[in-house]
Amino acid sequence: MTRYIIRRLLQAIPLLLIISLVLFVLMENIGDPLATMGGRTVTRSADRERLTRQLGLDKPVIVRYVYWLIGNDWTKFDLDGDGIPETQGTRKGVLRGDFGNSLIAKQPVTEVIWDRLPNTLLLMVTSELVIILGALLIGVYSALHQYSKLDNTITALTFILYSLPVFLFALGAIYIFSVSFKRWGLPSFPAVGMFDPQVGKTPSQVAIHMVLPVATLSFIYFAAYSRYIRSSMLDVISQDYVRTARSKGLPRREVIYGHALKNAALPIVTVIGLDLPFLLGGAIVTERIFAWPGMGRLFLDNLSRGDTPVVMGILMMIAVAVIIFQIITDVAYAWLDPRIRFD
Amino acid sequence: MDTAVPERPQVASLPADELEAPPLTLGQLTWRRFRRHKMAIFGSITLAILVLYSILGVFIYSEKEANFTDTKARLQSPSAEHLMGTDTVGRDILARTIYGGQISILIGLTAMMVEVFVGVTIGAISGYYGGRMDSILMRFTEAVLIIPQIFLLLVMAKYFGDSVRNVNIFGRTFSGSVIVIVLIIGLTSWPYLARIVRAQFLSLKENEFILAARATGTPRSQIIFRHILPNSIAPIAVAATLGVANAITLEAYISFLGLGVRPPTATWGNMLEGAYNYIETAWWLWLFPGALMALTVLSINFIGDGLRDALDPRSRAV
Repeated sequence: MTRYIIRRLLQAIPLLLIISLVLFVLMENIGDPLATMGGRTVTRSADRERLTRQLGLDKPVIVRYVYWLIGNDWTKFDLDGDGIPETQGTRKGVLRGDFGNSLIAKQPVTEVIWDRLPNTLLLMVTSELVIILGALLIGVYSALHQYSKLDNTITALTFILYSLPVFLFALGAIYIFSVSFKRWGLPSFPAVGMFDPQVGKTPSQVAIHMVLPVATLSFIYFAAYSRYIRSSMLDVISQDYVRTARSKGLPRREVIYGHALKNAALPIVTVIGLDLPFLLGGAIVTERIFAWPGMGRLFLDNLSRGDTPVVMGILMMIAVAVIIFQIITDVAYAWLDPRIRFD
Repeated sequence: MDTAVPERPQVASLPADELEAPPLTLGQLTWRRFRRHKMAIFGSITLAILVLYSILGVFIYSEKEANFTDTKARLQSPSAEHLMGTDTVGRDILARTIYGGQISILIGLTAMMVEVFVGVTIGAISGYYGGRMDSILMRFTEAVLIIPQIFLLLVMAKYFGDSVRNVNIFGRTFSGSVIVIVLIIGLTSWPYLARIVRAQFLSLKENEFILAARATGTPRSQIIFRHILPNSIAPIAVAATLGVANAITLEAYISFLGLGVRPPTATWGNMLEGAYNYIETAWWLWLFPGALMALTVLSINFIGDGLRDALDPRSRAV
């Protein structure tokens, strides 16, 4: 097992290098970093030249990539433009945990991301819990009452939800539960932000602001997850050991939850493990609509303003998370299901 | 969706039409099974209506009318004059859903073709040749899968966004961004299909009929295109159908976030851009294009599901 993990990690290294290089080159043209940094003030050509040198933009893209990757504190730079390198570089590079500074916030990228990460995690973990619990309930019920009226209704409904674009669900939810409820004088849910600035960031404020985004994220995923659970549950309950458990006279509840569900939940572990890192990136559309200050919005805002260091930081963080979660999922699966072996 | 028709295949008494001679072609067999799938038929009819809506609507509204801005008639609620109301610059929403539908469906179809072309090529090479070629291509596939598609799309849309000039076809001006969106959606969607095709090729190439073909000196290209590919058409067809729905949704996401198809060309997606700023006052801005798009995606998903059941009864949808 240890060897398997080590091999997977080693395989991931060239993958990450290629990905980062491609993204780095793509990033080069997404905006003018000088305009992003100085706004309209950088109009004098002397200023522009100085800034260009400071940001290292006068170097070819490959050199910049190397600096981004391993830093530039091992070499000297020519900052005053006289052709003689005299200034010691200060960046440590991504490999040593330095993602550079945000051009907009003028803060280290890690800090900018660190500010937003808890917000996204709060939203995502809550949604994931709601999704798993809800999908388990729906999936198990559907499997146990296969082809019943309610099962057919659930099947049709999940199919519709699955096809519904996130923004349509979100806009509909806002229109009904926020706008119309307020109009009818009913208690309504806030649709924007994380808390009411007049009340402050209290737990109850955050909780009530989370209702609509969590509902949006959950309902869309309910469909896929409950389908998985239904089909794996159907597979399991027709197996011999379940029949044995039943014929021994075990209570129905015990058979379903103690014997069948335990094994039926195995494939779900894979699905959850592979979906989790994607949640890290935040649901971009959901965060945008509900103005939730998370990673998804951070990505969008910085992408549209050409803040390359932050965008690269977010993308690389997600890539690493995806790889790590893939390995964790494999390991967890092998641990839960002794039939699986890695060699 | 396997529950629409609660039928369980019984070996002893196959339906009469499947026992009849002469033997049916794959197409006929598929059609027979497909038309028993109620939801798939419902999906086909709905999709046909939606396609007709966006094609025949051309005779009622000209594209000029769809792009005509009337600042005096901004944000009007649905009325006899504007059945679906007007948008933020006074354009008629009904007319725009017609032209937007054309582009959305067109993007779905063409992006799917790009996806299928790349996915099948890479999957086929990988599965047929194996070895080093296979491991290089599969690492490449993994690399594309590591970054969530929506992030990749946004970065690429930002990068290539304005690189294609507007094109004129049949006297109509199309925003060059349509081509960009089609390409980037196609070029980020293929990994799953490539994996499916690779798996098919891996198992099919070990069959005796391939060995026989090889023994009789059949050229490699013929083995790939005449012997293996037609046998893996079922999963490709299903993935392609669902790919259309996926591409339509993705276009809407990027357009919704403001990086998609640029004006004057309308799509169901970019009609929704900024609609949430008017959520309290103008529900018709997002409801009509959104509902049309959701209905299209739903119909295509139903068709894909029916196709899966019809082409390969063993692999039922989850």
